[in-house]
Order: sequence, then C-alpha cells, then structure tokens
Amino acid sequence: MLEIEIDGKALQVEEGSTVIEAAHKAGTYIPHFCYHKKLSIAANCRMCLVQVEKAPKPLPACATPVTNGMKVFTHSEMAVKAQKGVMEFLLINHPLDCPICDQGGECQLQDLSVGYGASGARFQEEKRVVLNKNLGPLVSTDMTRCINCTRCIRFTQEIAGYMEMGQAFRGDRAEVMPFVEKTVDSEISGNIIDLCPVGALTSKPFRFSARSWELSRRKSVAPHDGLGSNLIVQTKLDRVMRVLPLENEDINECWLSDKDRYSYEGLNSTERLTKPMVKQGGKWQEAEWNVALDYVAHALRDVAKTHGAAAVGALVSPHATLEEMALAGKLVRGIGSDNIDFRLRQSDFSLDGKRSGAPWLGMKIAEINQLDRVLLVGSFLRKEQPLLAQRLRQAARRGSKINVIHAADEDLLVKLAAKAIVPPSQLPALLAQVVKAASELKQQACDLTVAVSAPAKAIAASLVEGSNAGILLGNFAEQHPQAGTLQVLAQQLARVLGAKCGVLGAAANSVGGYVAKALPQADGLNAARLVAEPRRAYVLLNVEPELDCADPRAALAAVKAADTVVVLSPFKSAAALEYADVMLPVSPFTETSGSFVSTEGRVQSFQAVAKPLGETRPGWKVLRVLGTLLELDGFGYESSEDVRNEILGGTPEFVAGLDNGAAATASPAAAAGALERVADVPLYFADALVRRAPSLQKTKDAAVPAARMNAVTLAKLGIAAGDPVRVKQGDGAAVLAAQLDAALPDGCVRVAAAHAATANLGAMFGQITVERA
Amino acid sequence: MAIIDAINATLTAGWKGDAGWNLKEYEARGGYQSLKRILTGDKLTPDQVIAEVKLSVLRGRGGAGFPTGLKWSFMPKAAPVKYLVCNTDEGEPGTFKDRDLLAYDPHSVIEGMIIAGYAVGAVAGYNYIHGEIFELYERFEAALAEARAAGYLGQNILGSGFNFDLFAHHGWGAYICGEESALLESIEGKKGQPRYKPPFPASVGLYGKPTTINNTETFAAVPLVFRMGGQAYLELGKPNNGGSKLFSVSGHVNKPGNYEVPLGTPFAKLLEMAGGMRNGRKLKGVIPGGSSSPVIPADMIMDCTMDYDSIAKAGSMLGSGAVIVMDETVCMVQALERLSWFYYEESCGQCTPCREGTGWLYKIIHRIEHGEGRPEDLDLLLELGGNIAGRTICALGDAAVMPIQGMLKHFRSEFEYHIEHKKCLVPREVQKAGSTFHTRMMAGAAC
Repeated sequence: MLEIEIDGKALQVEEGSTVIEAAHKAGTYIPHFCYHKKLSIAANCRMCLVQVEKAPKPLPACATPVTNGMKVFTHSEMAVKAQKGVMEFLLINHPLDCPICDQGGECQLQDLSVGYGASGARFQEEKRVVLNKNLGPLVSTDMTRCINCTRCIRFTQEIAGYMEMGQAFRGDRAEVMPFVEKTVDSEISGNIIDLCPVGALTSKPFRFSARSWELSRRKSVAPHDGLGSNLIVQTKLDRVMRVLPLENEDINECWLSDKDRYSYEGLNSTERLTKPMVKQGGKWQEAEWNVALDYVAHALRDVAKTHGAAAVGALVSPHATLEEMALAGKLVRGIGSDNIDFRLRQSDFSLDGKRSGAPWLGMKIAEINQLDRVLLVGSFLRKEQPLLAQRLRQAARRGSKINVIHAADEDLLVKLAAKAIVPPSQLPALLAQVVKAASELKQQACDLTVAVSAPAKAIAASLVEGSNAGILLGNFAEQHPQAGTLQVLAQQLARVLGAKCGVLGAAANSVGGYVAKALPQADGLNAARLVAEPRRAYVLLNVEPELDCADPRAALAAVKAADTVVVLSPFKSAAALEYADVMLPVSPFTETSGSFVSTEGRVQSFQAVAKPLGETRPGWKVLRVLGTLLELDGFGYESSEDVRNEILGGTPEFVAGLDNGAAATASPAAAAGALERVADVPLYFADALVRRAPSLQKTKDAAVPAARMNAVTLAKLGIAAGDPVRVKQGDGAAVLAAQLDAALPDGCVRVAAAHAATANLGAMFGQITVERA
Repeated sequence: MAIIDAINATLTAGWKGDAGWNLKEYEARGGYQSLKRILTGDKLTPDQVIAEVKLSVLRGRGGAGFPTGLKWSFMPKAAPVKYLVCNTDEGEPGTFKDRDLLAYDPHSVIEGMIIAGYAVGAVAGYNYIHGEIFELYERFEAALAEARAAGYLGQNILGSGFNFDLFAHHGWGAYICGEESALLESIEGKKGQPRYKPPFPASVGLYGKPTTINNTETFAAVPLVFRMGGQAYLELGKPNNGGSKLFSVSGHVNKPGNYEVPLGTPFAKLLEMAGGMRNGRKLKGVIPGGSSSPVIPADMIMDCTMDYDSIAKAGSMLGSGAVIVMDETVCMVQALERLSWFYYEESCGQCTPCREGTGWLYKIIHRIEHGEGRPEDLDLLLELGGNIAGRTICALGDAAVMPIQGMLKHFRSEFEYHIEHKKCLVPREVQKAGSTFHTRMMAGAAC
C-alpha cells in the first residue's frame, strides 16, 4: 500500500494506482474527458492536470502513478490554471450552441465548462467544421463537436475487439472516423454514445425526441439474453424514449448490448395489441376484458371436458417473467394437463427426468473473466450473449487461452488457442475426442471409444495446462439434436479437468423457466412433442410459434389445426390473426412487475416503468384472473411479489437447485455425411420485441438470411455465390440467395432460423437440400 | 558535398563525398576498428563499453543533449528481448546534418549501433529514416548489405558470439515521428503519435520491449570515442560537453552548410567559417539550435560559444545544432509566422493544448503580420503559450511556444510596431533585397 495525500487528505492506495483513482477513492473529483476506468489510459485531453509536490509542471492525474508520500493538489492555483487553460482550448473549436445539441443537459463538457470555462471567448477566429460520418443506423454523429478524446476508438479496439474507429489527419484537422466508407457494426456499438463526453456521438433513434431533463429514469432488467443486464429506462409521458445501462460490475459492468439498448423501439411498435380481441364467425372483434377472459375460460374448460385435459398445451416464451411462467404452469396443471414448456428451440429432451437441477452458467458471470482456459462448445457467442463475448475478450487479454468447438468458424474477435470446426452432427463425437485426449493427458481412465483427431488433441492440451478452466455450452449446443450428449460430455470433461462447466442459456429467463416449473413435471409433453403431437387447444404466452420454435413449420401447422388458440402477447401479427381465436394484450417487460432469473441464477425483480398501453394488462394479472375464472385453487395473489415469494420461498439473491449434472452416460453418434443445416438465431430476430425494433432491423446483423456455404460445397452443388437457390427440408422450402461463407465446414449450409424468409423450413438441424431456383 | 569546413575534423575526417561512403573506404579510414577492439581485441564487457562512453561525456546530438552513456545504463539487464533504435527522422527546420552523415559515412552509424547494441544487449536495431530523404534510405540499405556480407551484422559477429541485426525503416515525413515514442509507434505501423511517459522506452519501448533510442550523429560518434579513447574525446570539447559536433549553418551567411567544430567553439568563429554575413549585412539574430530554440539577438550570440551550457545561459538551446542566421533584412513577425505555421501543421492532434493551441497561435501571428493585430494579442500569445508549454504529452507543445517567447522577449517592439502601424518595421524593399528567393526570381531564375 502507498501513502498519498490529496488536498491535505491522507489515504492509502494500492500499488500501481494512478492519482485519479486515488482521488476518486478519497471522494475528490478531478475533471476529465478521455479517462475512463474501463479503457486504456490516453492522457490526451489534459483536463485532469493537477499539481504534484516537487513536480515543476502540472501532471495528468489519469496517467501519473502514485508514489509513496506523494502530495497532490487538485485545486491549487497551478492546477486550476492548467485546467482552465485546457478548457479554453477545448472550447475554441467546439460549437457553443448547447441549446440545439442533443447532448445538452447531460454533457460532460457543458457541465465542466460551468466550473472551468470563462464567461467570454478570447478566440475570435473562425471555428473548425468537421463533416459528419455515417456510423450506421444506431449512432448519430455531430463531429464538429468532437473533442478527440478517443474513448470511442479505444472502446472499439479494446472492448468490442475490433478497431472500427480511428483518428485520421493531424493537428486541429484531426478527425475521429470509422474506416473509410464503413459503418460501425459491432453488436455492442451503442456504448460509444455513453462514452462520448460531448454531443459528437448520440443515439440515432432517440436524437432530438426529448431533452434529458424531461425524462424519468427508472431501473429495469433487460429481457433478452441470459445476462439480465441492468437498465435505466427513460420514459416521457409513459412512453419509453431511451434505454441506458445501469452500472452493475457483476453483470453488465457499465455496458449494454445494442439489443438491450435499442429493442425498446419495439415497445412503441404499430403492431402493439391494445385491446382484447376475440374471433367470432371468422371475424376479429374487440372485446372487453371480462368477455374475452370468460371466452378463454369456457373454451379451455370445453376442450378439457371433451377431449381430456391433455388436449390442452401451453408454449411459454423463455423471455416471459418468472411470475408469468409460474402462473401459466399452475393454470395448465390446474386444468389437469402437464403440457407446458418454455424450451422452444430445444430439440433434445433426453436429459429430462435425469437432471440434478436447473442447467445454468455453472459460475458467476464475473468469474468468466478469471478463467485461464476456456472451451466454448457450439456458440455464436457474439450474437448470443454479446457482453459475455466481451468478458471472454477481457479474459483473453489477461492471458486466458480460448478454445472453440463449433459448426461455424465465427470470429469472436478473440485470439484462439485452438479450434475445431465440424458439421453439427459431428460435434458430440468431437467433444468426446477432447474428453478422451484430456483424460489421456491427465492419465485418467476414459471409456469413450473414439479416435482422437489433431484439433481435439490441441484443444485438450491447451485445457489441461489451466488451473481455472471453464467449459461453456452455447445456445447452438443447447439446440443441438444431441444436446443431452453434449452436456454429459462437457460435464465429463469438467470432471477430468477439475473445471467449471456451464450452459450459457438463450434467454432472459432460461433458468427461470426451470425454477417456475414451466416445463413438464410428470408425464406432460415437452416443447418438441407439443408441436409434433398437435393439441386441441394451445395457450401461447409471448410466443410466435412460426418464428420461436425449433421446427417453425410444424409449430405453425399445429397451432393452425387446433380448435382453440389463446394468444397472450403485447403484439399482434398477421400469423396470429390467422391461427388465434383470442388475443389478450399482456404487458411487455416495461409495463409489468416481474422477475428474471439470469444464467448465473441471479434473481432480478423489477417494477413497471410505464403504464400499460391502452388496455394492456400485466401477464401475471391476466393469468391470475383466468385461474380464478376457472375456479382453480391458489390464485389469490395480491401482487407479483406474492407469486415470486411463493416460487422462491422469499427473496433470495440467487435461486437454489442449480446443477448441470445429469444421471446419464454419453453415447455420441455421428450421422451420415449428407448436406447438413447449420442454423443460427440471428441477434435481432431472437424474440418478438427485438423483431419489431426498427433501427436494429436496419443493421447488418438483421440482413435477410442467405444460404451460406463454403467454396467446396458450392462447387459440389454447381452453385455460384449470389445465385438464387431453393433450400428444402422435408416438405418445407424457401428460396434464398446462395452466399459464400468460408467459415463453414464442407457439406454444411448455414440458413438462419427465426426469420420469416426461412420459417417455412423444418427443424434447425438435420438434412437439407439445395438446388438452383 | 555539404560539409564545408571543420576544425580538428574527427567525425568527418577522411570523408570523400559520394565516392567514400562504402565499406572499403570506411575501413580504409579506420572503420570497424573500434568494433573489432571491443569484440575481439580488448574484449570489453558491455559495462566497460558504457563506462567508456560515460567518460567521454558524449551527449545526445538529437537536441536534448542527454548523456549517452547514462541513457544506455538505464536498460534493464535481465530483459531477454531489447531493441536499439536510431532516430534519423531529421525534420526540424534548419537541421540537415544527419542526412550528410547517412550519405557520406553510413557505416559509422552502423558501427556505432552495433557497439551500442552490444552495450545494451539488444537483439536488433532499427534506423528510422526521414521519408523525405528516400535516396538515403536506399543508401543505408546498401551499406547494411555490405556490413552483413562482411560479417559485421548477423549471427556470431566477428566470431565473438554476439548476435545483432540492423534494419532500415523509412517514415513518410511527419515531424512528430522524430519524437522518440511517436517514432516507435510509427515503426510498429501505427499513426505516429507520442506515447505518454512514463513508462519510458528504456522499460517499455518498441513492441513493448526495453528500447534505447539515439540520434544518428550520436551513434556515428561512438566508434570515434573508442578510436580516440573516452578521455581524449572529452578533451576535444569542453568539460561536460565532450567531442565535436556538426552544425548546420543556414540563412544569411555566404557559405551555408555543415561544419564540424569542437563543442565550445565561439559563435563568431563558426560564422567566420561560414563565410561571414552575406553581402556584409548586419547580423540581427540567430536561432541557434533548430526552429524550436528561442532566437538570440546579435549582440548576445556574438558572446556565446557553441556548446550546450553557453547557449542555455543565453536563454536558448543548442538543440540539434541547426544555426539559422538572420540579417537585418528580416521581418521577425513574418519569420515567426512561418515558424508557427510549421508547428501548427505538424502538431499530431493527440492532446488538447497543442492540437487547439498551435492553430490559435498561428492565427494570431498571421493576423498581426497581415495588419489585423490587436494590442492585446502579444500578451494573449504569451499567456496561451504558458497554457501549452509543459501541459502536453510530448515536447512539440513547448517547441511551438519557445520561438514565440524568444521573439517577443527580444524583438517585441517590432511586433508592437506591426500592430500599431499595420506594416513592417523593416521596409518591404529592404526585405525583398535580403531575400535570395526574391532577387533570384527578379534575375529570371527558374523556380
């Protein structure tokens, strides 16, 4: 520890601390622009100049290491003169038109100029003008306002992993810009808006729609990926105007993925359902809540009475709240059925009934940074969990060796130690090889009979060197037809290595679904069978089966054939208008209280940040009333907290019963070498809300899916990149453009799921044929 | 050949212009003898080499005058990978000595770098050569090829077991890349912008490894130190100012060019060697160490000797030894406008005071020169200068301010006259008469 005195206040700081860190520890604010605790030190703005005893010149607090006995003066004449001098320079070429700047009112430069700026300008020459740059649909630029602090540049390079921004030209002609004619396409690009201390980078969708002081700031939790990023949702007159990160070092740090930041636009979609609707005589009619709910209660009761309770099934979105899931489960079971599932894109349920607990990350989110060896199995990580990819990047920067097994050579923007890219059907066998190789290296017995390939050996060799290894199964591995085998093998590998093993979890409540028992508890049908063995009645909670299910074609056929389909959703869609019989408008996450259980098992409850739109009602209330109407016991909840407390037995920080173990042995099977489908769930098509967020839909990540193949596969099929092709799975077909994708193994066709263009196809995995259209 | 004259020529002794740069000629002048003595003859240890350089009080010839032996001793002994870098990014207006060194005696730089590489334990060296002298980059490559072929570079040099290789790297002409950490960034393929120090290059330098950076002339002097002996080299100059130095004399003298003189030679002697003032005009002032050093008025400079300490006492810097001589036909406002333009143009744009300040300074001086000055401008210039100097990541901020401070200290009345009368104190026709460019144009010379 080092002794330091800041403005007469003595304190101890850790070795290696800088003066600015020490000052913040002492509660002393030192003005700054370029310094940011998560970024490398640039020391270029010079705003943090302070006086240090015995130093002849003022020194930048951000870059000056503390030495023992150092005395720092942050408000001495020398320090303030230096700071004011810098402020004058920053302002000479900066427009002094805060009232028409989108950053006005929440601008670091504006705030600090109050304290350090002069009342008049001595600079009477012409100001510099910098042309704006097109950074894409999410970030707006006003580059004349840029003060060249380079935070955005350092972010893209150090946190997002790819230097999409840079500074060109010299002197006061210097300009921050993306690479020539390129946009910023990172999946976490919006963070540069928060980082920008001036109005140079602002939110394109939000820009000029409200002033910051008109907005209410309310806490919430992101409803998309399994991370459960903490949000500040800003509303004006009950309309969500903007979403910002709420700093939580254990979860999202100070960042947000673009999905969490911009999906709010979907809340204001024209497809919002605002009044209950009932189909009568083939015609949709708006109805009062009591009429619609009566109709639903009668319909469900009738189906159960006529066809047996098992004729009723429920599909629940993994993005629904814990309370909604629990009440949906209770409702279905109250009717006498056990047919409910939230694992909509899962295709292998072989571990059901054999699991030791709910599958989860296997560690705390923050522990990912500490892993020294990582094996990522079957994951489009950057698009599945953008901020976990960021954490892996930080781990790699600190020397962690990252290894990958996957069906596509996705660029994680991380240096990889070793990788093996094989067709989906061979993933289990490959993982088995790694287990075998690691067992041999660790001199442990292994009953797997596989021949170890060179890449598997390299991966195993990398993993056994570690003392804190982690094996992470991605969404792709969870959706895999041999997902159970992959999980058992991963567990086995973890035991061999003494490593942690985790399942990343696709959605905000992937763990919560298990906790809320929104899946069969006895003899009920799982998500796949609910589709494959059509029911007479379906309850769909926040689900769009034609896009959200593992086999969208079969799912759509099943709901279309049903007698009664009850849709609880914030949105109406053309498909739902066709297959549904009743549509009940339930609140999106911003208009209801509820809880998500994140991939690390953390329970995060939140309150509504806005009043429900129109006659929308919180889902838990709707289900509660339905339960009462069906005269079921135990639906007398007063609040969503009552529901939560009943499920969790109180308000624990983390849920109990998390365990990735299963009483099963692995028998990896490799399929024949036919043309195989590799299906990803594109970032901005993963759930109903994000699909309706217009700005995200304009990004490159939201491009229409193509039929992607490597050069060998294209040549074998006699297809050229750009050709229109007909891809077929069973009876389903879609016409897409062929696209060259060198990241795929031979014999694979990557066709994204969850998109209207591919919804007519079958399961996400398995055989596929491609022919010229 | 731009080496005009010398007193006790040591560094430039035996130079034969373009005919004498090659290995054969260099060896004939006694080249590579120092290296042989260190590696195979006397078998000096690296510590002994550093001690000898310390004894010679060879000071950095790039401008800062930092003792070379001391700099070498900062290199961490235990580090497995260390680099050596030669700074030939000679871009300071008025400086043109290193280009002659590379043109006529490149092997002295190579030999000096090998010795330095041995002393600091470097695995490889780079010579960063200014982009605007590309032909000398090519010559240096040719010299390197000769040295490699002769076994002076590469594995097991002269059978001593010492391995060292050397590479040429050319820049693209940015002045800022002469700042040593910007130079390192540029070698690494990045935009040439200075790094914040600490850490200094001796601990975190090229590619993050400990690195020693010296000026071309410093390296060229190293073989000399061992040929003469450290003590003899020191005695060549003045105490604390060892050896001889190249001075690039330019401006209003009869024979502009490079001169090698012992440190401590009176300015008057240097001026005399340069053929005295052109057309016998009166000396007005001298910029003694490159464009960033404050001007010294005629009467003061005539009392100075050309060494680090004497020039510092006169309120300026010996810098890289670029002596810009100005006669009475010079308008100091116009001269300063041109100097300020240079620093405005060359500021890298990284840190605020220099990025914003150099442009502002230039704009004010430009206004004064063009008859739009305001009475408060001179104080504003000094105050802005105070807000730039010492507040920036590198010394370019200081370099931009020092000429202004010097001019306003010694020639303030000329600036005041300009502001008040909206024209030069030195009449236009006098200025024209003193301009070589103008008189040659009038005589019908081609541009």
